[in-house]
Amino acid sequence: MKAEDIVRVVKAEPIQIWNQHLMSKDYTCAFASDLMSDALAMIQDSPESTVLITGLCNSQVLRTAEMLDIEMIIFVRGKVLGDEALRVADEMGFNIFTTKLTMYEACGQLYEAGLRGING
Amino acid sequence: MASILHERYVVERDDYANAGKVSSSIKEKLKLAGIPSAVLRRIAVAAYESEINMIIHAWGGTVDLDLMDDGTVRLVFKDPGPGIPDLEKALTPGWSTASEEARNLGFGAGMGLPNIKRVSDTFDIISSPEGTTLTLSFSAANA
Repeated sequence: MKAEDIVRVVKAEPIQIWNQHLMSKDYTCAFASDLMSDALAMIQDSPESTVLITGLCNSQVLRTAEMLDIEMIIFVRGKVLGDEALRVADEMGFNIFTTKLTMYEACGQLYEAGLRGING
Repeated sequence: MASILHERYVVERDDYANAGKVSSSIKEKLKLAGIPSAVLRRIAVAAYESEINMIIHAWGGTVDLDLMDDGTVRLVFKDPGPGIPDLEKALTPGWSTASEEARNLGFGAGMGLPNIKRVSDTFDIISSPEGTTLTLSFSAANA
């Protein structure tokens, strides 16, 4: 699913668009967790094509994404990054969004629209 | 086998604000050295989990990075204590002694050491109350 379609499905607002070209990129799956160790354990096979969805909103989410080569992050429940985390984000090449949906709603709607999990 | 690239980094105790900076530097350094992305990702994950462990559980420490002439990457994390009381439990997925502060950062799920072991090609850990030394290696051939 293209990034622009993912954003439309969950009615997300941009926090940072680092690379506009990535908005037309196809993402094959998503992973949702508030536990960064779970993210670090689970998404290592095709992270460039994985969207990270999380309710945790701090610079460690960005560091986790950096280590995994994840390019697209969606924060749920309307959360936005604080100033310190925004400074970290600015150093990295992510496209970051926020949606007012809950984690459950965001995942459900994306799954229904065709974006699968990391295990297919 | 000789080291063709060596760097030493310092991780400060309880420095939650900068957690991950050392791992980021390691990843950048190895990327510039031409390490393939798949193995680089494994190294970055192991480095990051280990750095977080140093901040959460230890009193800071040092990280030594070596790129050997055969392409092997070696990371040595050395801290001055307080040591891991029960190493077997620490290597059990889900077992954690992390603080509330660590959990608020998204860590402390008890997956750190198991994750590190899983993504590393070799994993060696020695721990006593005087400190812990974690030695990891990664072969660029196992991308």
